[in-house]
Amino acid sequence: MRRFFRRKSSRDVARDRLKILLISDRVNCSPEMMELIKVDIAKVISKYMKIDFANMEIQINAKKGARGRTPVLYANIPILDLHK
Amino acid sequence: MSNSEVIVVTSGKGGVGKTTTTANVGTGLAKLGKKVCLIDTDIGLRNLDVVMGLENRIVYNLVDVVEGSCRVKQALIRDKRNPSLYLMPSAQTRDKSAVSPGQMIKVIEHLKEQFDYVILDCPAGIEQGFQNAIAGADRALVVTTPEVSAIRDADRIIGLLEANGFKQMDLIINRLRMDMVKRGDMMSASDVVDILAIPLIGIVPDDENVVIATNQGEPLVGSDSPAGKAYANVVRRVTGEEQPFLNFERGISFWTRVTGIFHKV
Repeated sequence: MRRFFRRKSSRDVARDRLKILLISDRVNCSPEMMELIKVDIAKVISKYMKIDFANMEIQINAKKGARGRTPVLYANIPILDLHK
Repeated sequence: MSNSEVIVVTSGKGGVGKTTTTANVGTGLAKLGKKVCLIDTDIGLRNLDVVMGLENRIVYNLVDVVEGSCRVKQALIRDKRNPSLYLMPSAQTRDKSAVSPGQMIKVIEHLKEQFDYVILDCPAGIEQGFQNAIAGADRALVVTTPEVSAIRDADRIIGLLEANGFKQMDLIINRLRMDMVKRGDMMSASDVVDILAIPLIGIVPDDENVVIATNQGEPLVGSDSPAGKAYANVVRRVTGEEQPFLNFERGISFWTRVTGIFHKV
């Protein structure tokens, strides 16, 4: 519970920065391109429902396979209203 | 000897402890009675001779061997304390282009006949020096520290090793500070293993005795210091022996065992 209110530790900051850094390093995909992909996904979904673009997240993670290195695209898109 | 192993110690980033690791793992293996040859492949910036305390005995070097100015045997320096340990120093006044991967493979093939282990100290970076160092190796020890920059470079190196057909890559996490991990100010060993996703072979705590040992030119593997014990464990694991993790390593051993990452595929 205390953890909830505490500031993020520098360890967590380092871990989060690394994860994001390695995503672009591994797939050779720049943050700009990720932003373009994000905007395009948002456009398509927005045709059908109202989404919270400001809080939308996309990332490419390594899926834990035999070698833990298959890239997977995750999109986390909060929906504001299911019916447009 | 046909079942000799050729191990490259690499990291990408400089200053994380490749040379110290090479010296300690090599010395440790020799102390187990193995015949070991260390090769410093950092041409132009040789260091391994100093860490081993053998800098005054150099006559010939790797470049001399490659160019045919001397026989392989003439460039090998026997260690002060361990009769089964030899060092092939690098050249200080030349640069990376003096050696090619093909030439490295030839030298290593020759050394494999006489040694159980050939350990290559890789230069920092991913250019020709790196290519030379990995050319003749069949397994790798990837050294990193729990810092963003070092882990990023290690990830890149792992990718390059994979692309070069390496099947066995093991991770050494160097200079871990348990007090900082507990405070939440340093990534833990399991954080690093999670991110890099290769088997862990050792955790070496940050230990001032490493500096003292380097000052004296005597690797501290096997000594009573925390790093000395940690390196002794790394050495046993390199030979394939299961070795429980030390106190400062605990917390990870359980977790990695559960997730199975420690078990080789």
